Formats: sequence, structure tokens, C-alpha cells
Amino acid sequence: MIRFDAVSKNYPNGTTAVDGLSLELAEGGLTVLVGPSGCGKTTTLRMVNRMVEPSAGTVSLGGRDIREVAAPELRRGIGYVIQHAGLFPHRTVLDNVATVPLLLGWGKKKARSRAAELLELVGLPATMAKRYPYQLSGGQQQRVGVARALGADPPVLLMDEPFSAVDPIVRGELQAEFLRLQKELHKTIVFVTHDIDEAIKLGDHIAVFRTGGKLAQFDTPEKLLEHPADDFVADFVGQDRGIRRLSFVQASGLPLREGPVLPVTAPVAEARALGEPWVLAVDAARRPLGWAATDDLPSGGTLTDATLVPLGHTFSLTGDSARAALDAALLSPSRLAVGVDAQGAVAGVADAYELSAAMARATTLTDVPADAATAPEPGASAASTTPAGLTKGDAGESGPEKDGGAGGDGR
Amino acid sequence: MNDLVNQIQLVGDWLTSSEQWHGDDGIPHRLAEHLTYSGLSLLCATVIGLAFGLLVGHTGRGAFAVATVANLARAIPTFGLVVLVVTLAGLSTAPVLVALVALAVPPILINTFEGVRGVDPDARDAAKGMGMTGWEVLLKVEVPMALPLILLGLRVAAIQVVATATVAAYPGLGGLGRYIVDGLSRNDYELVIGGSAVVVALALVVQAAFTALRRAVVSPGLRPAVTKP
Repeated sequence: MIRFDAVSKNYPNGTTAVDGLSLELAEGGLTVLVGPSGCGKTTTLRMVNRMVEPSAGTVSLGGRDIREVAAPELRRGIGYVIQHAGLFPHRTVLDNVATVPLLLGWGKKKARSRAAELLELVGLPATMAKRYPYQLSGGQQQRVGVARALGADPPVLLMDEPFSAVDPIVRGELQAEFLRLQKELHKTIVFVTHDIDEAIKLGDHIAVFRTGGKLAQFDTPEKLLEHPADDFVADFVGQDRGIRRLSFVQASGLPLREGPVLPVTAPVAEARALGEPWVLAVDAARRPLGWAATDDLPSGGTLTDATLVPLGHTFSLTGDSARAALDAALLSPSRLAVGVDAQGAVAGVADAYELSAAMARATTLTDVPADAATAPEPGASAASTTPAGLTKGDAGESGPEKDGGAGGDGR
Repeated sequence: MNDLVNQIQLVGDWLTSSEQWHGDDGIPHRLAEHLTYSGLSLLCATVIGLAFGLLVGHTGRGAFAVATVANLARAIPTFGLVVLVVTLAGLSTAPVLVALVALAVPPILINTFEGVRGVDPDARDAAKGMGMTGWEVLLKVEVPMALPLILLGLRVAAIQVVATATVAAYPGLGGLGRYIVDGLSRNDYELVIGGSAVVVALALVVQAAFTALRRAVVSPGLRPAVTKP
């Protein structure tokens, strides 16, 4: 879809922003360009819509050299989102979003009704339409920026650090919604960020650039974490890439055991009889209520009378990743992670050792054989014990196929 | 205190006497002359100031030249220029107009240039990146966003021109300055004060007109960021 052929960008002062880049980005995929500042990632992005003209080489879009099209016409067919949104302060939110349709001569009425649709699509209430940009929060402005880029329904979106100017909580929300949107729209997206976590969370493919405008590696997020091409990439993806890879292992494949789970109506004596240090109380629908410490149980009555310690958090077998499961185990007062099914009912529990053994098998994280003493009891779990598949399992998003399209190493 | 009351009395008498409202030396005729000089020179200055201000602000080239020219022009004394042009070109309306244009161009030029240059670079980048041509960026983004400053420049220029157009009377031309110049030479204070009052009133009307204009044409989205008029 988007192809760079031996593209370089040199400036008269002698700096090289991009050096001999060849890269092919798949249609309908989200490619993240990531790297330290001054690595040429933004220059690369801006060469796609001719905001920067290459010094050498060819950029083509859908098989056509982009220099064959006049720059303004080319740009009207490519969505463009920038870091601080760059909204027009003198126009209402609605008219900001209608910018490209108006440029294309759709007429005011049609352009505005399209803009209203887009505001809804990016999750902004219709009451925002008449406001001016200064009346919006940073996150809302960025949503308007995305809506505006989608104005004429372009097949390609260029996004230059679109979420980096908002606080981490809003950023998380915007990222999740953006992934949802992309699942619906299947745009070909080029996304620039300096944040490797964001790259791994969002990208179908990641291109890591090093200072001086050289492509260091072009791969899927999993492969990037698993086999960094060199020390620079390994260093850039960080020390905890082992843990990060767990984001790509679905929790549904983890082995769980029944564990010390009792209805909250069960007598205290029954809880004591289990001989476990902690007992998980559940309601009639097996939804977890909290942990009770066996030592602190009252002398009589039911678990209702016991003091329940909050769960920390549970993980969902249908949506969460192995990383969430491991985190749940580490935060749980009983050191047991509680897995729940789609209805929120307890499917089973596992401790960190059991989880890590299963993860090791699923991800070949280590060479250590994953049998050991902590092997799960077969058949004791409500969940499947087959090794987890390597599909994207982050926060309810099961991403598109990871292998395919324009994979392979950077050339 | 008595002085002030007397002067108000003088102005009142002068303004209400019927000879001020008829004939070549009446207020309507002098006001029309004054507005003609002011309007013409403001029009010329606007064309020059806006054209160069927008050009330099949009392209970013020649910013230093604009600042230099504007500051030099500001340093030229209007009265001196009038005398110089009259000496060179003879007695006509032209010298007055040249002097007033020279006075009005700098505030328009500088404010237009600063307004366009001060447009948020992100907004400009987004406009270009979404496929606006250079002209579209200028007319749909830069000018509307620079409008508060452009209007400020026009207002400052207009008030200066309206006040300074009185110099037209020195080389023997008309306008409201006639009253002041004639009154001074005849030691007729009633005439001087009456004429000054009309000039002051005209400046206030111009000020009010620009405030109304700004309210009508500047987007509400820009108002919070703009300092008070």
C-alpha cells in the first residue's frame, strides 16, 4: 500500500534525517514508526503526504509515485493527525471536522452532516459540535483531531504522536478507543511515537529507527520482543521485554485449578476444613466477593460473618492477557490470581509459579523445562490447559493477524 | 474650575451658532474634507500594509525588512513630511495624503505581520497537511486567526490619521484643522477649542466603530485569547 524505495532525506546543513529507507507497509495495517528523537520517524511520516520531499528515492501509495499527484490533492486523500491536534481555534468543532469535505466541495450541509457522524464515531456528544476548541479538554481536542482526519473517509491515516500530549489515563482511553475504531475501519495507518509501550500496544508492525535515520528493525511486536535485531533494538525495547511479551499471550490458555473457593453462605467450619491459608468467598453466581484469611475466621457462623479482604483484581479468561493474570497473582492477598469467565464467575485460580510455568511453555521465554513441582493438576481446571496461542490479548482486543502481509526484516 | 466651565461654554456657543453649520467654513463641509483625506489615505495604507504584512507573515521571508521599514517610517515626523512634500510638489492634496499614508502604514503592516506570524504553527501545519493550498491556508486559517491583531492595527492607524489630518490646514488645505490653525493665528480660542472638540469626537466615533466591527467579524473562538480592546 505504502512503499518506500531507497528513500533518503538530507538537509542543506548536512544532517541526514532519513538514510536509504526501504519499507513496505501493508494495506489495512497499523504500522508504528518508533525511535529516539532525531531518528527520522516524523520525517518518514511526513514524506508520505509530501509535507517533506525526499532528497532521493521514491515513495509510492497504492502503486503510484506520490509525485504524480499535486500535493494538496494528494493530502486531501490522506488523513493527518498531529500531536497537539492543531485544531482551528476560529472554527466550531463541527466545522473543524468538516474541513476536508468542505475543501473537496461537498457543500456545507453534506459536509456538516458527515462531521456530525464522525463526532459520534469518535465518542463525542453532539452537544460538543457548536463549541470552540478552547472549550475542550486535551483528550477531547485529540478526538476532534482524529475525527477531522477521517473527514473524507481516506484509506490512509498519518498520525504523528497523536496521544503523547495528554495525561496517561486519557492516553490509555484514547488508545483503547482508537484500536476499537481501527477494528471497524481497517485504515492503513502510519503512526509515529517515541513510546515503545504505545508501539507494542497499537502496532501490527513496528519499524524501529535509530539516530541518523536508519531503519534498525521492521517486525511484528512479538518478534521485536522475542528477537531484537541488535543491541540498539534490545536496549530500546527495554529490560522488561520478557514481561511485555506476556501481553501477547491470551489468558484463556492458562491452566487454572479449582482452588479454595466457597459460597459466602458456607459455614466457617467448612472453610477451616479446607486446610488452606486463604478462602475465596463467591456469591450465588460464583462471582468473587473477597478473600477470607483462615486464621482470622470467626468461631462460628458463615463466611458472611468473616472479614473479606479485597481481591486486588481478577483477570478475564476471555479478554485479558497473561500479563494481567500474572499481575493479578502478584497483587492478590492470597498470592492466587482469580480467573473469571465472560459472566464474571470464578473459573479457577493459579499462583505466580503455576502461571509462569505455563507462560514459559507458551512463549519459549526460557530454556528451563516447564514441568517442575508446580505443574498444574490436569483436569482440575474449568479452563483449557492447552498452551496459549500467540494472538494479541490486550484489554479485550483480539488484534488482526500478526503474521502476514508485508512482514520480514527491514531492508 | 471656572476656566473649564468657560471653555465648555465656549465650545457650546461655537457649536450651536448657525454659521458653523452652513457654507464652506461650516462643520459639515470641513468634516467631509477631513473624512476624504483620512479615508483616502487610510485606504492606501490598508492596501499597502495588508499586502506586505500578509505576504511576509505567510512566507516568513523579509520579516527583518518589515520591522526596519516600519520603524523608520514611524520615526518620520508627519509635519516635516508635509512641508517637505509641499516644497517639492507644490500645494495640493497629494502631500497631505502621502504624509498620512506614511503615518498609517506602520501600525497596519506590523500588526498584520505579527498576527499572521503568530498563528499556531500546529494549526498551519494541519491546514497544509489536510490539503489546503497556500491561498486557502492564508484566507481560511491565517487571516481569520490574525483578525484581532489586523483590526487593532487598522484601528490605531485610523485614529492616528483622523487626528493628524488636521495638519492639512498648515499648507492651506481644508479639513477640521482649518479651525485650529485659523483660530491659533487669530487668537480666537473659541475656534481652536471648538475645532479640537470635533476632532476628538470623530476619534471616539472611529474607536466605537472598530469595537463594533471586531465584535461582528472576529470568531467567538478567538476572543478569550485576545487582550482587551
